[in-house]
Amino acid sequence: MPDDAAAQREFEARIAAGETVEPKDWMPERYRKQLIRMMSQHAHSEIVGMLPEGNWITRAPTLRRKMGLLAKVQDEAGHGLYIYCGAETLGVSRAELIDQLLTGKAKYASIFNYPTLTWADIGAIGWFVDGAAIVNQTMLAKASYGPYARAMIRICKEENFHKRQGYEIMATLAAGTPAQKRMAQDAVDRWWWPSLMMFGPSDKDSPNSAELTRWGVKRKSNDELRQRFVNLTVAQARAIDLTLPDPALRYDEATKDWHFGPIDWAEFDRVIHGDGPLNRERLAARNEAHASGAWVREAAAAYAAKRAAESGGSAAAA
Amino acid sequence: MQPPGGAPFEHAGSVHAVDAEAALQNARDVYARRGEAVNIWVVPTAAITASTPEDVGPFFDPGNDKPYRHPQFYSVPRGVRV
Ligand SMILES: [Fe+2]
Ligand SMILES: [Fe+2]
Repeated sequence: MPDDAAAQREFEARIAAGETVEPKDWMPERYRKQLIRMMSQHAHSEIVGMLPEGNWITRAPTLRRKMGLLAKVQDEAGHGLYIYCGAETLGVSRAELIDQLLTGKAKYASIFNYPTLTWADIGAIGWFVDGAAIVNQTMLAKASYGPYARAMIRICKEENFHKRQGYEIMATLAAGTPAQKRMAQDAVDRWWWPSLMMFGPSDKDSPNSAELTRWGVKRKSNDELRQRFVNLTVAQARAIDLTLPDPALRYDEATKDWHFGPIDWAEFDRVIHGDGPLNRERLAARNEAHASGAWVREAAAAYAAKRAAESGGSAAAA
Repeated sequence: MQPPGGAPFEHAGSVHAVDAEAALQNARDVYARRGEAVNIWVVPTAAITASTPEDVGPFFDPGNDKPYRHPQFYSVPRGVRV
């Protein structure tokens, strides 16, 4: 491009017109950087998100629950891969991104640093965490960057199953014995507030929000998305007779919104900056998984090289 | 990937793999877990020849100045459904 200022104006006009940006299009360096940051954090979250749930696969109470959870966790691995692929179209390598995760340089959703103490936590994660992810990802399916938006469309199709399997677990426990119901309520009490934090700080305190909104990556504010999630969830909690742990929760006839109490942002900051209950364990688990999978990658590469040598051709890298 | 029912192939996404066979298996695991496909092609990225964004004008332009390729270009008597 001959003139960056002109290119930038043209770029912003395209965004304003609702066009999508594709990998080979000119884009401001800052747009590229912000998207790499956002998409890689999102991909890392899908990958780390498998850990709290993976913790319960071997202990699922029935075969039906085990199959459901296994399939959900497998989907999350797929989500990570879709988004890594999308991020790679911005000129960054997957190895680089994974390295940033394993060395602790990259962030991921802070909610995955909380422990899954009981089976009910698996229900709460599907219902709240995937529920919140659906609200966020439905918005991102209209993001201005084509590969990101397309990954989100694919992901959104799978998330409803995640949410429903979680909600079904909670509904079953809530209708069970008093001890089962207590277990469900305890999970709600522990996961509700961290789930609200998933949408990120209030927009006035969110350093990246304005820029991402101006470039059409985000189409709604963190606060709008959070409100939408609360509005959807209140009725679902009532239907199965579980109580959201917020005494300030009240319905506003005028706005048709459920108002909620103040969020403890100090806790959010602590967890996102490494001081959550399980930050160290999560990173250690990812590093161990990566290291113990090394022989598989090496064996596959050696096999491919051998086959290529035998056939006299070159190894295909797709 | 080709969806069931005879629809044309559509691009699904990318995978990393050491060879074509592994790419095919990865593509199935990543993009076709719910019966989305009855056929998958994998192609090494380097083997793809693509148009560039700069082409958008000159390369596709001839399509726009030939309105006689569209049915609306032709008039028919009033009241007749053609
Ligand atoms: Fe996901
Ligand atoms: Fe999910």
